[in-house]
Amino acid sequence: MRHHLILRVITKILVGAIMLFAFYVQFHGDFSPGGGFQAGVIMAVAFILYGIVFSLDSVKRVFPPWLVHKLVALGVLLYAATGVLSMFLGYSFLDYDAFVPSHPSSGQHYGILAVELGVGITVTAVMVAIYYAFAGRPPRLSDEEW
Amino acid sequence: MAVVETTRVAMTLYDHLPVLQVLVPLVSAPLIVLIGSRRLTWSIAFTASAVSFVIAILLLMQVIDGSIISYQIGGWAPPLGIEYRVDAANAFVLLLVSGISTLVLPYARESIKSEIPARHHTLFYAAFMLCLTGLLGVTITGDAFNVFVFLEISSLSTYVLIAMGSYRDKRALTAAYDYLIMGTIGATFFVIGLGMLYMATGTLNMADLADRIADQGANRTVRAAFAFIVVGMGLKIAIYPLHLWLPRAYTFAPSAVTVFLAATATKVAIYVLLRFTFSVFQPKFMFEVNTLEFIILPFAILAMFAASFIAIFQTDFKRMLAYSSIAQIGYMLLGISLLTETGLTATVVYLFNHGITKATLFMGVGILVLRSGGSFYNRIQGMGKTMPWTSAAIVIGGLSLIGVPGTAGFISKWTLVEATIEKGWWPVSILIVLSSLLAVIYVWRVFEVLYLKAPLAGTNYKEAPLTMLIPMWILALSCIYFGLATDVTLTAARAAAQGLLAGSAGMF
Repeated sequence: MRHHLILRVITKILVGAIMLFAFYVQFHGDFSPGGGFQAGVIMAVAFILYGIVFSLDSVKRVFPPWLVHKLVALGVLLYAATGVLSMFLGYSFLDYDAFVPSHPSSGQHYGILAVELGVGITVTAVMVAIYYAFAGRPPRLSDEEW
Repeated sequence: MAVVETTRVAMTLYDHLPVLQVLVPLVSAPLIVLIGSRRLTWSIAFTASAVSFVIAILLLMQVIDGSIISYQIGGWAPPLGIEYRVDAANAFVLLLVSGISTLVLPYARESIKSEIPARHHTLFYAAFMLCLTGLLGVTITGDAFNVFVFLEISSLSTYVLIAMGSYRDKRALTAAYDYLIMGTIGATFFVIGLGMLYMATGTLNMADLADRIADQGANRTVRAAFAFIVVGMGLKIAIYPLHLWLPRAYTFAPSAVTVFLAATATKVAIYVLLRFTFSVFQPKFMFEVNTLEFIILPFAILAMFAASFIAIFQTDFKRMLAYSSIAQIGYMLLGISLLTETGLTATVVYLFNHGITKATLFMGVGILVLRSGGSFYNRIQGMGKTMPWTSAAIVIGGLSLIGVPGTAGFISKWTLVEATIEKGWWPVSILIVLSSLLAVIYVWRVFEVLYLKAPLAGTNYKEAPLTMLIPMWILALSCIYFGLATDVTLTAARAAAQGLLAGSAGMF
């Protein structure tokens, strides 16, 4: 894509805006449509667009595959940890009332933010991992392998 | 806004047991990936599995008297919220699943070293723990849609685990792909059925579903839902004509994975079928009676004979056991189709006893494969002399598979025969005995290969490592133990059967 000057310039401008929009959807998800899933996909789009225009190797330098795999796990752990924390506070698993017992609806607010952050991280990482898996071709099977 | 006074009593760890049962293995999977250390991986997986085994024992002890534990996820009360509901039936299955996984993990440690490259070991254990999570979740949840979610968690990780057999044999990839297609169709049918139930009743909580279906009676939507659920689960169970994925998946999966799947995955699917046929739908529902009697029963008997017959002509030990599993599933379905308490007791006992029997046998095959590099009869012949301990455990497992008195297999077949006689279906009792004779033939072939043939020239195999022998012998001895001390399994199974037949009685 070296000769597509317009694409390259526009992409550079857009990537930041896409990420910003992802954060907006992520952290405004409790008041307006959106949340972890949508934000995660939008965030992943920023990386995938960068990868399509500037080559897979450059996006892998920005967001290395090992980090992608760790983030997949981290998001799930963050979700589970929210639930475990509410258990340690003497409430049932994922009962967000635990976080602000005197004002349960605030507790629900904090709880859903934490959980959605976990969802967002995992979805971003999974989408990018799928893109890496499809875009990076595996080596061809050698004759001995059959 | 008003400040709400919290007068509630804080929950103790003991109250959280139902969710911890699933949560412990669930958290261990991402933890394994995040830490990514090859040395710690196994310890994390084993600890999580052992903890969930202990929890399963504690839960079973609480519910064996017929009581029910209900746990509300997120503090949302059922039927709106997701409920984990433990009674004798699922506590028994939880015990089987977590117990087998705790025994398989020490076994897997040596086994996968020779079958999977070291760089994939962490991912193997992560997938294994996710599979365990899924199976436990399917079993413990009281919410019908949650069953689907956990079913997918276990299925997706199962496909990965089977495909990992491709480092030994490339055909594992097509086997995993076949299972992926069949399993996805099964899960889709299941969720279509749930959709119809939701349309007809407006709820997804199993106990609530049972009440509403009982109130409004059967209509076409409910009948269609029942059909979709039975066929969907039938694919997962490998009911005879829907079994095509099973032999290949079991044959080409890594040994430890085959042990785990054979002993738990189909059993959990049978549990789901039991839960839906007896708790959600009522057995008095005529359409269900007809389905079980005219469709499931003939297929069950067909499976008992046809699959046993195919097993006789196999030349690969692992594949023979896979076909034998299909035949054994026939016996379990037979118990369900009787629609009596004794029949259900027989199915639940069968489920447990067959789980430990098949686990023993597949562990034995795995060890033979580790030493000889293959499970074909001409490859493993004469190994009874070079590997006496492994072969002796295979003999015990084989006897239990036939149903020789003094082994666990005898108890399950005896209960089943008792149930058919009680129902007055004595021709079926004769068929059970006749098909057991087929088992004698295919098991005898293995004994002959192991003991009566000369070892291959130039081979001198060492006995298996202790980490593999000990789990296998624990299972082999429990085959004998549960064949002699029958009150443990039969009491639990009877409590389970009563709980299932009681449906939603006394819930809302």
